[in-house]
Amino acid sequence: MDITSSDSELSSEIWEGGNKPLNASYGKLMMWFFLVSDALTFSGFIVSYGFSRFKNIDSWPIADEVFTHFPFLHGIDAPMYYVALMTFILIFSSVTMVLAVDAGHHMKKNKVAFYMFLTIIGGAVFVGSQAWEWKNFIKGEYGALETKGGQILQFVDGSSGERVSLASFALSISSQRTTHQKNTGIWFQNESSLPTFSLREVKEGFLKNPNLLIRGEKINDRGEKIVLSREQSTLKIEDAVNVVEGANLIHNEYGNRLFANFFFFITGFHGFHVFSGVVINIIIFFNVIIGTYEKRGHYEMVEKVGLYWHFVDLVWVFVFTFFYLV
Amino acid sequence: MEEGEHKLEIFRGLIKFKSNVQKIWGVLFVLSVITTVEVVLGILKPQPLLTMLFGMKILNWIFIILTILKAYYITWDFMHVRDERDSLKGSVVLPLIILIPYLAFILLLEADYIFNIMVDGFVSWNF
Repeated sequence: MDITSSDSELSSEIWEGGNKPLNASYGKLMMWFFLVSDALTFSGFIVSYGFSRFKNIDSWPIADEVFTHFPFLHGIDAPMYYVALMTFILIFSSVTMVLAVDAGHHMKKNKVAFYMFLTIIGGAVFVGSQAWEWKNFIKGEYGALETKGGQILQFVDGSSGERVSLASFALSISSQRTTHQKNTGIWFQNESSLPTFSLREVKEGFLKNPNLLIRGEKINDRGEKIVLSREQSTLKIEDAVNVVEGANLIHNEYGNRLFANFFFFITGFHGFHVFSGVVINIIIFFNVIIGTYEKRGHYEMVEKVGLYWHFVDLVWVFVFTFFYLV
Repeated sequence: MEEGEHKLEIFRGLIKFKSNVQKIWGVLFVLSVITTVEVVLGILKPQPLLTMLFGMKILNWIFIILTILKAYYITWDFMHVRDERDSLKGSVVLPLIILIPYLAFILLLEADYIFNIMVDGFVSWNF
């Protein structure tokens, strides 16, 4: 008797949506499903980065040599310190986000608003830092030559083994070559700005300076770039067809151009996530302030954007590992 | 969710926090320690860890394991998966831990094959 009545009760619950196998609200569940699909998107990107890297395992750029800048420390070699700092900033903004969610559970409006504010600040600082990283990456540091096959030739000082910038040895030779403008051509095409030095200036400067050596993209057993001898270097420089300063989607002074493409694409996509996270956080922040969730009786919306925000942090943990550490 | 619904233990019950806020700071401490270890290892690059193991340097394996550990604490404690039902845990985590290693395995194996083709092939890639 008991069994039948509870059975019918249960089935009515099931058919009217009373059964909650996951015990989560609709909104939270949809946020989770979005995050799962987004996680798969990011893993697709990172795995394809891994694909390109394993394909060029003996010539991939060394991250420690690419990301060496720290704000206000000019000319000091600081590999990874800045990205480590960025990681800490993002983890800390994740912590303030959980604190906001926790304050929401206790219906403390002012505390939620305060922690949301800190989270927004942390996110904004992170996006700014990433923009600064991009600026340094695009601007470049030493400059390099590119061969017909797309290989990068970088210059090192033969005695100290330190990298040498093009500016320090390129000769100044006057030439007629100017940037092609739209209005001087027979067709409406122009070119982006010319590099600071012409190929001839770099070549002549290199030949004049017997101390300079060339290093290619290949890596030796100890994980360092192989430096050519002076004889090999003077032969190799004849292959050069372009001067490259900095990096964009087509040329990359740091080495394999795929490295720059993946850098722009993956950190850019992640940065876009952080940016949209900040925007959503700002909207929720104002909703908290005007008391929307106080009236609603719960702060679940803060929890949902919190999930998104932690996910952004989570992705950065992986980007940090695969782009900067490994 | 009420305060009582939070599970306040980490390290399989080795550490039990008094409140949810305390747990958050505790997890921050764990994450900071892991990140610091990663950065120090990344800068020092200790020589013994540079030997190869299963096609990758030991150091890289350490980085990946530490990263997955960090990911675990972020999802379990910051995203409150620890407090969710097993069914929700499973439907979120299982697709990822099945699909991602599978994708990585296939693509990295293929990349290694292409690398060998480029090394052994008759076409010069370096000109």
